[in-house]
Amino acid sequence: MTRKPIEKGIFVFAETVNGTVTDVVFELLGKARELAAQLDVSVTAVMAGDGAFTPWKQLSAHGADYIVLVKNPALSQYLTLPCVRALAEAVRLCSPEIFLFGATPIGRDLAPRLSARLSTGLTADCTGLEIEDGSGHLLMTRPAFGGNLMATIICADHRPQMATVRPGVMVKQINEAAQDAQLTVLDVNIPDSDARVEILESASNPPARRSIREAKVLISGGRGMGSQKNFSQLERIADLLGGTIASSRAAVDIGWQTKDRQVGQTGQTVRPDVYIACGISGAIQHLAGMEESGFIVAINKDEAAPILGVADLGIIGDVMTVLPALEEALRAETVF
Amino acid sequence: MKIIVCVKQVPDTTEIRLDPVNGTLIRDGIPSVMNPDDKAGLEQALRLRESVGGDVTVLSMGPPQAEVMLREALAMGADRAILLSGRAFAGSDTLATSSALAAAIRKLDYDLIITGRQAIDGDTAQVGPQIAEHLDIPNVSYAEQVTPIDGGIIVKRSFEDRYQIQRVMFPCLITALGELAHPRYMTPGAIFDAYRVHTIEQWSDGDIEADAKRLGLGGSPTRVKKSFPKSTKPAGVVTRAEGRQAADIIVAKLKERFLI
Repeated sequence: MTRKPIEKGIFVFAETVNGTVTDVVFELLGKARELAAQLDVSVTAVMAGDGAFTPWKQLSAHGADYIVLVKNPALSQYLTLPCVRALAEAVRLCSPEIFLFGATPIGRDLAPRLSARLSTGLTADCTGLEIEDGSGHLLMTRPAFGGNLMATIICADHRPQMATVRPGVMVKQINEAAQDAQLTVLDVNIPDSDARVEILESASNPPARRSIREAKVLISGGRGMGSQKNFSQLERIADLLGGTIASSRAAVDIGWQTKDRQVGQTGQTVRPDVYIACGISGAIQHLAGMEESGFIVAINKDEAAPILGVADLGIIGDVMTVLPALEEALRAETVF
Repeated sequence: MKIIVCVKQVPDTTEIRLDPVNGTLIRDGIPSVMNPDDKAGLEQALRLRESVGGDVTVLSMGPPQAEVMLREALAMGADRAILLSGRAFAGSDTLATSSALAAAIRKLDYDLIITGRQAIDGDTAQVGPQIAEHLDIPNVSYAEQVTPIDGGIIVKRSFEDRYQIQRVMFPCLITALGELAHPRYMTPGAIFDAYRVHTIEQWSDGDIEADAKRLGLGGSPTRVKKSFPKSTKPAGVVTRAEGRQAADIIVAKLKERFLI
């Protein structure tokens, strides 16, 4: 099969951290494939780095026709100015129609600065991307007003059309039989004027629990759990279901859970197979982060709790009686 | 240290409710507040001034009502407040907003610019880095901690699951996380002064060095094509149950769906 030309195609920023491609990149490639088929153009994964890390197979299998590695020793770790220069150079050479980024702490720093350098539009935190019939413009849909409303944005007269996309929203497509992407290495000059920020130290935050975006089953607790201690009940149920625990913003604000557990507009968007909301009333900001879950169970004392409106199964009842019984019932299920 | 803090007046989105009948936004009676990340940035600026000296200017682009928020910034301790307002700025997207703010900042002296990471009405996190690009100064986003050094700052830059300690020399811009600094309360005396002693400087497009083509709707590459309430999915099953009975219903449903 012949490749479409690299020019005027779809660019996906291949964000990497410590020798790993960030997961959202594969989700973006999956979406880019879909859009590229409609526009009849190619998909290019663009990476900035020192050349030590070569995830070409992975990027090919997830949908890249081309890979552009913009290379310079100064790009070994992410810094805003060198990376903006690297990507601007790739854009100059290939004139992409569309440029997609993960809405990560890197993408949300890099993409705005790049959009200003290129004098083009950028739409943040998209949850939907489609091609408009006729015009071929990218329709970028995102939550607005704290998730209260959806807005569809277009960038008609400037290119590339840039968007950041929230992790966990698009779906990966894997094709192990895909032909290898064609690699182009672009050596770029990074002037001293780009070295105005210096990294003195890098460290991980105390981590260790599984990311709530990766879990297939999430047991999520809110203010209605009553105390931090009661979250251990959720941990035990999560273990039985092979899942992990999550929480509402309220439970994070009180200090019962850490920020990495938070689902919602100011936390993370999740799409597990099963989401069990325990003592969560369901503020719009919370619903925005979980309503795409496969199967939603909500347990809440208050029959007026908005969470019951999005639940596939709603239990009006006290988490303090339901959860111990649920743990027991699940234990009985998994005995044999 | 000369510091400029960019602040935005936003509707308190946690107070917004949807009309249950037609799914539209009920905007009436929603209080306006200083954007929380911006307020944390202002607090950080005031602390830097208290530790090393200097002055703090707050700058906002918005309608005349934003004056109330700037008075609040003065009552917290800002030295000077500028409101950039006028028809020329109407319909601005983030790029046009950043162009206007950068053009206003060019008229001022500064070592450090602080913006909030993002505003709760738009949640884009774009305007800060874009201002830095227009001014050709370095930016550090997602600042969680700031320490002054001679001629610059040391910033703890958050990446959610990890962080970096970065050094950046002046002039530079940082975007503040809400966690950066817990805002102080206004004192009655300071509130009085904010209304009786200070004035809010009103600037229009004529007062800044901006290319008119880069402002307002005409300077905005993006347009809102449509906005709509979220689609609601068909209602699920809701039952009243406690203890064992509830557990059995949940387990049965999960089995039915082959989820356990």
